[in-house]
Parts: sequence; structure tokens; C-alpha cells
Amino acid sequence: MALEMMMSGPDYMRDPRKHQFSPYANNGGTSVAIAGDDFVMIASDTRLSRGFNIFSREQDKVFPLTPKTMMASSGCWADVLTLNKVLQARLTMYSHEHHDMMSTTAVAQLLSTMLYWRRFFPYYVSNILAGIDEEGKGVVYHYDPVGHMEKLTFSATGESVSQIQPLLDNQIGGLNMLGVKPPTMTKDLARQLIHDAFVSAAERDINTGDGIIIHTITKDGKTEETVKLRRD
Amino acid sequence: MNTGKSHTMYPSTSGTSVVGLVYDGGVMLAADSLGSYGSLARFRDVKRLFKVTDKAALACSGDIADYQFIREVIEQKVRDDVCGGYTRELNAGALHCWLTRVLYNRRSRFDPLWLECVVAGYKDDEPFLGYVDKIGTAFEAKEVATGFGLHFAVPMIREAREKKQNLSCDEARKLLTECLKVLYYRDCRAHFKYQLADITPEGVTIHDDLNLKKETNWEVANYISGYE
Repeated sequence: MALEMMMSGPDYMRDPRKHQFSPYANNGGTSVAIAGDDFVMIASDTRLSRGFNIFSREQDKVFPLTPKTMMASSGCWADVLTLNKVLQARLTMYSHEHHDMMSTTAVAQLLSTMLYWRRFFPYYVSNILAGIDEEGKGVVYHYDPVGHMEKLTFSATGESVSQIQPLLDNQIGGLNMLGVKPPTMTKDLARQLIHDAFVSAAERDINTGDGIIIHTITKDGKTEETVKLRRD
Repeated sequence: MNTGKSHTMYPSTSGTSVVGLVYDGGVMLAADSLGSYGSLARFRDVKRLFKVTDKAALACSGDIADYQFIREVIEQKVRDDVCGGYTRELNAGALHCWLTRVLYNRRSRFDPLWLECVVAGYKDDEPFLGYVDKIGTAFEAKEVATGFGLHFAVPMIREAREKKQNLSCDEARKLLTECLKVLYYRDCRAHFKYQLADITPEGVTIHDDLNLKKETNWEVANYISGYE
């Protein structure tokens, strides 16, 4: 990592007998979000790991922010916890000041600003934000660790992004196929795609597995469903 | 990076694994009492498990000095709570959350407390077992271990749970001792003297000066050859 190199020189110069402090860890985890016309689904796997160790098999990585938005985070778990805590505090302050919940678009911008604020000592976190916007439509926002933001209708992030994203591009975006129209997104289709995506990811990635928690947000509220994944 | 001030970036006197598990009716926590100085077994009777309140106990592996520092801070916090007349004493959930913030803050200042902590106890009448490390990685689980314990003890506890979901107090105690025994056999930085804490709704009981020596058997060691 660039930060480590800057601090201590290349790794072959280091004393192999001594511990080297790194402020980051990779704790795995994968998240997927798919938006429909009047709903949005956001899911994450439930494994928390470090290297070859499984810390927990039932760690939900999707956090509720407002009644209409949820955020899925994975990467360095210490940063995930902190980012979430600060974001929650900012949302509470907003709701006290305005006597109203923050809109999904505003939360999306706030998250980007908060990530960029730590540009030179970043939160090592991949985020997806899902919610219902002011028009009642499902929206998905995708972030990089330093605050670049993109509004999408579907996205994957985390450890297994390279396995899941191309699948979604093909199945939802209709990419790389001739004469195929992208499907209209329904809850059933979204659920099925999320399930299939995680099953394949868990097959190949050791840091993804154990279970999935799928959250659905509509104008009427939130529901969640737990699905089992392979635990090896 | 030359800031004119240098921080501790590696541990000196350190303690090895801590193991903890939730059983039917309580939480149990154990750690041996060796303070290693590199490969030297320097201090053979350092306590690194303590009772925080009637609802929480804490054990740490990693730098012993950092552990003793954080213990002093926590003990003062508890005294402040008592003198301030707070009716709800610091429970395990609150302690775990506080410790996560402290450790994360120190890592962000590049002056980490070199610790892996296990917090055991009760949170709103529910048994609580949580882990926090030097960078602020924190989680809750039914079985938690640090260091070598992550490799040896956690799989043993998970296997036992697959056979029987709920462990009784006796079974938990037996399992935990078995874990420590395996660690003593295989982890060079482990020791036979250990402490064990049992936390139930009634309070925290700490068993000091426990010993594994009579339970271990090194006869097979004589048959190992070819390494002379």
C-alpha cells in the first residue's frame, strides 16, 4: 500500500522480525443493490473475515440511515463502523434542525462529501447507497473510498465486485448481447438475481459467504429476508 | 515519516491468546498469565483479565503495558461513574463501544494501543461477548478469540456447538480448558498458568491462579527425533 511504502520504505528493507503497524485491514464482504421503478433492493453477505480467519458468520453490512435510505459498506471494518457512526450523527443533527428526515439525494451527497473530507487518510470502505428518491423511484448510488459518486440503477461493490458486476451488466443492463432488450425490473427478478450473484460469488471468493440479508425499501417501508450461503 | 516524535509501532512485553464463549446462562473468558519478551518467557504471572463492573470483564492480548494503561483508565472511569451516582453501571455493550472509539482514535493518530481485547458480560440482561483490536475492528459473536486462539480455539468451539447448540456451564468450562490446553501444546508463547472469568446475571467471578500442568501430557515428546 502506498501509505505504508511512504512511511517505512519498501517491504524488503523492513526488519522481518518486527511487527509493522498498518492502520487498515481488509475484512471482506460484498454488497449488491438493484433499483426498480417503485422499490430498491440492497443486500450484503454476512461474513466478517480477516485473511483466512472468519470473525463472524452473521454480520449484516447494510445499515439503515433514514426510513427511505440504506447504506451497504465493506472493506476495512474499523472504518465502516466509524463512517457509519459519524454519518448517523450527522443525520440526527439534520433531523433535529429541520424537523424532517434527510432526502435520499441529500444523504447521497453528504456521504460523498464526508468521504472526500478524508481524502488524504481515506476511509478504506466501498459503499453503495440505496433509497427511494423524492419522486418515489428507486435509486442506487455507488462510491469509491475517496468520495467519487455515481447514480445508477444497479451496482455491486466489495470483495466480489469483479464477479458480480459483469453478471448484472449482462442480466440487467443487457450488455454484450445482440438484439436483447433490458428487462423491466421486478422485485422477483431482483431477488433472484441477487441470490444467484451471491451464490456464484461465494463459490469462488473465500471472503464472501455464510449468508445474505436482502433488504427491500418501498414507499410503504422496509422488509428484510435472510438466505443461507455456503459456510466453507 | 519524521515527525520529530516517534510512537510505539510494535509491542514489547506481550501476552498471547484470549478465549471467550457464551454459554447457556452466562459468558466465560480465559487467558494465560505469561508476559513474553520476544521469544523469552519473561513474566510468568501477569494478570491480563479483570473485572470491570458486576456486568463486565475485560481480557487483552498484545502489549502488556498498553493493557495496564487502558485498565487504569477504565478503573478510573468506573470510579467516576460510582462517585457521580450513576445508577446504571457500565455494562459490557457500553464498554465495548467505548473501547472501539478509543482504539480507533489512537490508530488514526498513528499512536496505537497494541491490543486485541475481548469484552465479556451483560448488556440489557442479554449475554454479551465482543472483540476489538488495535485499529478498531469490532464485532460481537458467540465465540471470540485473539491471536493463536483464532486459529485453534474458535474452530474447536464452533465444532462443539455444531454437535450441541447450547452449552451448559460445566461443558463451557471444560471446552475452554480444552482450548487452553491445545494452545499450551502448540503456541510457543502460551503458558500453563491461567485466569478464568465466569460472568452470569449474578455477577463476575474471576478464578485466579488456575493451572493446566496436571492436565497436560508430554510423554510423546520423547518420541520426536531428527531435530537434534
